[in-house]
Amino acid sequence: MSAIRRPQCVVIGAGPAGLGAALAAREAGLSDVMLMERDFELGGILPQCIHDGFGSIVFDQVLTGPQYAQRFIERVEKAGIEVKLNTMVLEMRGDRRITAVNPRDGVFELEPASIVLSMGCRERTRHQVMIPGYRPAGVICAGAAQRDINIEGLMPGRRVVILGSGDIGLIMARRFTLEGAEVEGVYEIMDHPGGLTRNVVQCLHDYDIPLHLSHTVTFIHGRKRVEAVTVARVDEALRPIKETERRVPCDALVLSVGLIPENELSKQAGVELDPLTAGPVVDERMHTSVDGIFACGNVVSVFDLVDWVTQTAETAGRGAAEYVLEAGRRKRKPPVRVTAGRNVKFVVPQLLREFDREIDLFFRVEHPERAARTRVLVDGEELYSRKAKMVRPPEMIKAGADPGGARKVEDITVEVVGDEEEA
Amino acid sequence: MKKTHNYTCINCPLSCALELTEENGEVLEVKGADCKVGQKYAREEFENPRRVVSTTVRVEGGALPLLPVVSAAPIPKALVRDAVRMLSKLTVNAPVADGQVIYPDILGTGVDIIASRPLP
Repeated sequence: MSAIRRPQCVVIGAGPAGLGAALAAREAGLSDVMLMERDFELGGILPQCIHDGFGSIVFDQVLTGPQYAQRFIERVEKAGIEVKLNTMVLEMRGDRRITAVNPRDGVFELEPASIVLSMGCRERTRHQVMIPGYRPAGVICAGAAQRDINIEGLMPGRRVVILGSGDIGLIMARRFTLEGAEVEGVYEIMDHPGGLTRNVVQCLHDYDIPLHLSHTVTFIHGRKRVEAVTVARVDEALRPIKETERRVPCDALVLSVGLIPENELSKQAGVELDPLTAGPVVDERMHTSVDGIFACGNVVSVFDLVDWVTQTAETAGRGAAEYVLEAGRRKRKPPVRVTAGRNVKFVVPQLLREFDREIDLFFRVEHPERAARTRVLVDGEELYSRKAKMVRPPEMIKAGADPGGARKVEDITVEVVGDEEEA
Repeated sequence: MKKTHNYTCINCPLSCALELTEENGEVLEVKGADCKVGQKYAREEFENPRRVVSTTVRVEGGALPLLPVVSAAPIPKALVRDAVRMLSKLTVNAPVADGQVIYPDILGTGVDIIASRPLP
């Protein structure tokens, strides 16, 4: 067996987060960056997201998923980054020892000076939303249906019911319709859509697909293949109302009921996770609780926009490069927790260790609010303030703070307040 | 005869419910918009709604069985379904270059349908 390789940085997962992080690490001065991907090509989920709507922030242009991926793939190929495709990481330890496998190298081990986690997220399934009924073929997650239709050329159903109005569910309602299937309706348990308004309009309204708010699926019928589902209205406590039950014949039930950061490897390495985001707790450099392990994109928290995934990836890649280049000469400072203030559910990053540069702060609100103002307070001083006509939980908000030179911080708070001028 | 049309504004999270009134195709007023962007959006949606169309076409001899394609510019909304139906009959041969024209001037719109990725 050959000696264990010690790359300066190993990036795990080559979707938009991994591509961006590997490039940023390379550009920040690391010569030995390795990018690992379990699929046969780079891009992660983007190759199956054939619709447009990507890149308006990063490229100031509206691109499809494959086009967005391609811009980064070309740069990665030119940058001299070592790419390992068809490669699965089997184990990652807290001392950064990685065990991986692929058909060419077999099982191999690495001891990189830094790691960037960019494994993305996975879909919540039927079992996580507990739908009673039989277990026939034809119950499929929206992202899996998207892969079937856009990559494999398979149709998962001809008469489809969609449960959940997340963006992927809305996008797939249109895609099924354009491919000749009938979408009977989209059912959403909450009293507001889960996805962006643009998708409600362009994917449902454009095709006269009904959106049933405050509704859920209460039973799946069919022994071998889905034959029908029972749908019902829910009350304020989200309990189905028996008298409103209705049987809807269909041959597929498509689920768009949320995404969960993919953190099996993070847990193995002892990376501290945040129960609110289900991803690693990170600081302003996207550094996790484990020394030398960074994280970015949807493995940290599920973002609405790929552009923001890219921005966190650049921060993580740069952070990993600095960490390696300054090895041993710099001590990690004790962190300050970023406070989620009024009407803020959570903030990424959760921690601020060194306030020596402009930082991005991503957050979601707890409840909708009109005429609001987002602000960032550092030791009582307002460093960021922006008006918003409306803030809603499904739409993540990005704020920032610029110290204007390194400064000490004892308290940093992100909050949403009523805007007196507007109100 | 006066007619009203309802739209949901997509320009900000406020999602204003817009009501456009017209007579014989002439816009009389837009109600419900909180700002000028919403006013303009309702007019565009009434007078000339356009959408970018994306779908897949079959590929012979490629690394994957399908190639994603996209219109190089938005086309009239009313033509989106016909465009997708037309493209569903098409088969192209690999390799395909990124941005390669797959179907020129779709449905007389002057807009090309292009490959949205390279496919070896």
